Amino acid sequence: MALLEVKDLYVSFSTMDGVVQAVRGVSFSVDRGQTLGIVGESGSGKSVATQTVTGLTRGAKISGQALFEGKDLLTMTQKELRSVRGAKIGMIFQDPLSSLHPYYRIGWQIVEMIHAHEPGTPKAKARARAVDLLRLVGIPQPERRIDDYPHQFSGGMRQRAMIAMAMSLNPVLLIADEPTTALDVTVQAQVLRVIERLQTEFGTAVILITHDLGVIAEVADDVVVMYAGAAMESGARDEIFYEYHHPYTEGLLRSLPAYGEERERLRPIPGQPPSLIRLPSGCPFHPRCPYVFDRCRSETPPLDPTWGGPGHRSACWLPHTKAEREAVRDRVIGEAVPS
Amino acid sequence: MSDALLSLTDVVKYFPVQTGHLRRSRDMVHAVDGVSFEVRRGETLGLVGETGCGKSTLARCISRLFELTSGQIIFDGRDISRLRPRQLRPLRREMQMIFQDPYGSLNPKRRVGSIIGDPFAIHGTASGAERKRRVQEAMELVGLNPEHYNRFPSEFSGGQRQRIGVARALALRPKLIICDEPVSALDVSIQAQIINLLSDLQDQLDLTYVFIAHDLSVVRHVSDRVALMYLGKVVEIAPAEELYQHPRHPYANALLSAVPIPDPIAAAKRERIVLVGDVPSPVHPPSGCNFHPRCPKAQDRCVVEEPSLLPRFDDDELHATACHFPVADGEDLSEARPAIGVEHRIVEPDTAGAPTGLGVSVAHGSPGSPESPEPVERRRS
Repeated sequence: MALLEVKDLYVSFSTMDGVVQAVRGVSFSVDRGQTLGIVGESGSGKSVATQTVTGLTRGAKISGQALFEGKDLLTMTQKELRSVRGAKIGMIFQDPLSSLHPYYRIGWQIVEMIHAHEPGTPKAKARARAVDLLRLVGIPQPERRIDDYPHQFSGGMRQRAMIAMAMSLNPVLLIADEPTTALDVTVQAQVLRVIERLQTEFGTAVILITHDLGVIAEVADDVVVMYAGAAMESGARDEIFYEYHHPYTEGLLRSLPAYGEERERLRPIPGQPPSLIRLPSGCPFHPRCPYVFDRCRSETPPLDPTWGGPGHRSACWLPHTKAEREAVRDRVIGEAVPS
Repeated sequence: MSDALLSLTDVVKYFPVQTGHLRRSRDMVHAVDGVSFEVRRGETLGLVGETGCGKSTLARCISRLFELTSGQIIFDGRDISRLRPRQLRPLRREMQMIFQDPYGSLNPKRRVGSIIGDPFAIHGTASGAERKRRVQEAMELVGLNPEHYNRFPSEFSGGQRQRIGVARALALRPKLIICDEPVSALDVSIQAQIINLLSDLQDQLDLTYVFIAHDLSVVRHVSDRVALMYLGKVVEIAPAEELYQHPRHPYANALLSAVPIPDPIAAAKRERIVLVGDVPSPVHPPSGCNFHPRCPKAQDRCVVEEPSLLPRFDDDELHATACHFPVADGEDLSEARPAIGVEHRIVEPDTAGAPTGLGVSVAHGSPGSPESPEPVERRRS
């Protein structure tokens, strides 16, 4: 049984302008010691999906299931949820400055976290644990820095402090929502390495949400590609990068400035993502898709298996066999498959 | 390089740090600390570096949004470094900026037509129907529907707003455009649209760009030459491919090795050089080469003597590096260890088990408050 299994999750919000269908029928699962990467552009629903799982979307209309160690997180009471969130599921957000309280010392905030979930812990013990955690994530001189305020930390250190806090109760699952987006590449490398090390040391499962395909390529085992609130394609990392089926995955990969290749014109995906209030009929990607045909406009394709491994699925009406799919690509785009 | 449109000589910009109740300022943030380079007509010079390296400050110095502390900027044959605000106005016609935030750089209460029309109004070059025609021409040029002349910025998506910013910058047909992180706020699929637009416009209108970004793959894609900055100084400058293929400065090597590659096989093969510590405070930059506290190749000489920006090994004159011990092709930096004598160590070795075990200079946080040498006990009461 997977550690977390999300099934057919729907999340919508009522707003003045209409109902925002933020997540539409998303399923994914993650096992112990594995990293699931959820990739998508702004408004693809990647953050809302995981925030809903941890009970952080208030006022939303939710349906579906999120089985964590066999229990459904979506039907838990606030009290039950609080005992899971933070203790068993750790969370890291994009902006470490607004996730840390500016008035309290870093150490105090970590100790508070420990006390909230393990009330009886002696102060000195909790503090010692906080020092160990800061050392673990690579904060130099943690005995001293523990008494610093968040503003005395640099961006990378704050994010590492957030990781320390998220790891303070040895969670079995870590949800990292754009953990390195606000950071410079060298610091990003440091932070990703810390997450990887924690994973190998403690067997923590990680859900990594990002828009950066480079980060996914470095750390994810499995990948879900989201667009307009739905999963377009899912599969093992190498399937997504080298054996992709969905035209959106293809478009994303092709629009990147290729690293280490000749400078040529970029191939962006034309148009813009749709409004989540007025979604296009049929496949949400059809207005931007180079392969679009009649069926795409009227029927929404299901997430069906393709030629890859058992987890490789794609929500697209194009043929689900490799030879036929490549034939279509060659005909429409007129280019050989990347080897 | 006689065909320089822009030429910088030893440009310096310091900001005073105000501390204490009397707001006396004694310390200075060394934001840009002696930068010299040239930008030739029709080329794109990429300016890269991490947060706080001074690249945006430098951009604002070039466009004279900031006064220089010292140094000289020659633009199109004229010394613009000491011009007064009134004298700057004609300059603005020839040099424009595009900003990062397509939300913050457009007035939400004004219609797009009037935003793009501002340059014409300010410089009195066109009014009435003529202005409208010119604005719509600019909108068409950047791929906006000219019929949307009367809409508000909020009716446009992020990518389209960035196009509005481009149209405004282009309105007066400038010679030089300084793009400060023009695509960082955009999604990848939209980012590619704007990059293509900028390169088409360059060909059409014979533009010269200074292109600032922290995304190294974007900079590589758009730039002819790239200058890499660290703590207010250019540490390496070279033709784009040359810099990415043969980085000489240890910092350039580390930075390039940290760029995530969207290709799992290539990413797994790559040797990572993970730098320890953080960028030191620009208030008290380290002595000598300011990268030495983090450099895996640092030696005593680096602590005392600042390296100059020169071609190293048998690099041609376009490829200059500011390093005493540049990295040769094929050299493995991941095994390198600094050899700084005890008398030059700044801080205690890192206790966090940092991989190289070298001293990490941890001066940051509030500007002007460098690390105190002994632990400070400040208990909560």
